[in-house]
Amino acid sequence: MATNSLPKADLTSSGRPVFLPNEIECSILSSVDLECDDISNFPLLKSGLLILTTHRLLWLPDNNPSSSAAAVALPLSFLTHIFSTKKSVKTLFHSPRVRFQASLDPSKSVVMTAVMRGKGDTDAFLAKFWENWRARAWENDVQTQTQAQTAVGSTSVSGSGPASGSGGFYTREGAVRMVGVSGILRKEQEMWESTDKSLQEAFQDLNALMSKAKEMVILAEKMRQKLLSGSNSKSSATNDDEVGSKEEMQDWMLSVGIVSPVTKESAGALYHQQLSRQLADYVRIPLERAGGMINLIDVYCLFNRARGTELISPDDLLRACSLWEKFDVPVMLRKFDSGVMVIQNKSHSDEEVFARIKALVTNPDTLRTGISASDAAMTLGIAPGMAKEHLLTAESKGLLCRDISPDGFRFYVNLFPEISTDDVYLVKDYGIYNTWVRVASASRLE
Amino acid sequence: MQKLGDFKLPHFFNYPPYFTLQPVRDTREKQVQLWKDLILDYCRTQKIFVIGLEEEDFALFSNPVIERSLSHEARAAFLSALVSEGRAEWLDKGHRKCLILWHRVQDWADIIFRFVKDNGLEDSVMTVEEIRSGIESRGTELHGIDRTILMRALRVLEQKGKLAIFKGTSADDEGVKFSMEPF
Repeated sequence: MATNSLPKADLTSSGRPVFLPNEIECSILSSVDLECDDISNFPLLKSGLLILTTHRLLWLPDNNPSSSAAAVALPLSFLTHIFSTKKSVKTLFHSPRVRFQASLDPSKSVVMTAVMRGKGDTDAFLAKFWENWRARAWENDVQTQTQAQTAVGSTSVSGSGPASGSGGFYTREGAVRMVGVSGILRKEQEMWESTDKSLQEAFQDLNALMSKAKEMVILAEKMRQKLLSGSNSKSSATNDDEVGSKEEMQDWMLSVGIVSPVTKESAGALYHQQLSRQLADYVRIPLERAGGMINLIDVYCLFNRARGTELISPDDLLRACSLWEKFDVPVMLRKFDSGVMVIQNKSHSDEEVFARIKALVTNPDTLRTGISASDAAMTLGIAPGMAKEHLLTAESKGLLCRDISPDGFRFYVNLFPEISTDDVYLVKDYGIYNTWVRVASASRLE
Repeated sequence: MQKLGDFKLPHFFNYPPYFTLQPVRDTREKQVQLWKDLILDYCRTQKIFVIGLEEEDFALFSNPVIERSLSHEARAAFLSALVSEGRAEWLDKGHRKCLILWHRVQDWADIIFRFVKDNGLEDSVMTVEEIRSGIESRGTELHGIDRTILMRALRVLEQKGKLAIFKGTSADDEGVKFSMEPF
């Protein structure tokens, strides 16, 4: 099929890319144009977000609603060549460009250019681009899964060893027949050999671990020195040593199994933006379970627990939530008069909750006895703390009245508007006051 | 209908939120209005002139049927509202006792005026005590009136020249000389 654009990239409802299994996000740059002179009718991909992962190069349109471009993704497997940047007088005055060659069609090879108009570190990006392409992470997915997640990546032999080793004897051609005494002996022999192999591998792992530990010490020392010298991380990456250790740090973190948390490393100044979107994605399911509203403190615990490492601070969380106003995400932060902050679906309707509360307080029993926050929580299917906030809000709207006594803090339907000041003994023949009078009198006769 | 003594209580007296000071403004305004009117009505029918905040004497502040009682804060709020409206006065700086004017002082003055006229006392002399507990006062609103209020009302009339107050024979009893012309 003749293609005149890149394959489409799937996004979540909060604008984050949907990642492939084992795909890890490595680098994000903003204000990037993606151009291709070799294809006529190539779509206008201007000023978007360029995301490099272990498997693909993604381009996402930014928040601007006027841009009609769709998110696209170039699998790294389609790459045939990455051009190195020539530094010349001309390049000093223009935005940095990264050019690469890819084959979208089996027959055709095109050259594409990514123009970096933003403030990101292009050289670091280019280096990572090369690395990810060389690493060919997508090929590993075809093989056993254990390889991609192994914590010790230095020797690939030990990684693939267990997969083919322990299974080898039993799946090889011309399976050995296990009968008779020779069979028993054979079995024992095989068990012994496989144990031996596992031990060897364990020790190899241990050796690998030891060498990694040494690397860690060197890395920690480098970082310590970097901190001491107080260098600015935004300075140009002419110092190979700085770039090197940053890369190493990132690799190490990725290899320890953090599958693409949005870290300050990979997104730089966009950290809070991307965190904000990731949070919006994450919070969707807990919100449903909690009935549409969750306390911010609970979100803080849940989100950090899900991240595992790379925990975010309460301040980060608050900032991420505040950024939602700028994006088109289906959730929002809400602060109650009492100071309690919650995350709720934008589609959450207070009116609907009030209608349910009203129905709850006007049945014959609750007319007489009122409701507590826990009663409301059970009926509405939400946490008691949230229920109390709803009740207080309903009270402030004039729907309910409070009753504070040794029996506790309860709410009744608000009858005050129904009482006439001209004749305090008057009870109309209809309406909620009438119903209440009848119910209240009836109960006293019991 | 529920009663407190011989006073007919309205239905909302059994509505528990009526006994909790409401925080929401509109609701609070209604609640205060209802309490003010109820207090004045009750005091007038029971001839209560002074309410003590901390005592259990004033039965209206509690409802044993629903086991609710107004908090001190609530009592102070409702009585203060009456004071602001000129229907009550604090008798002490600590706001522990409140004088209830279910008739305003001017209204009492008018009542005394009519009382004098009705009984043909335009030129006579009476002690203050006689005015409030004498034979003539029986069956009238003046009977058993609070002394403080009576004195105030008398002074209003004195200012208008309708009577003169003077010290009586005993140390604590004052007398009144009416000088109202028959019309």
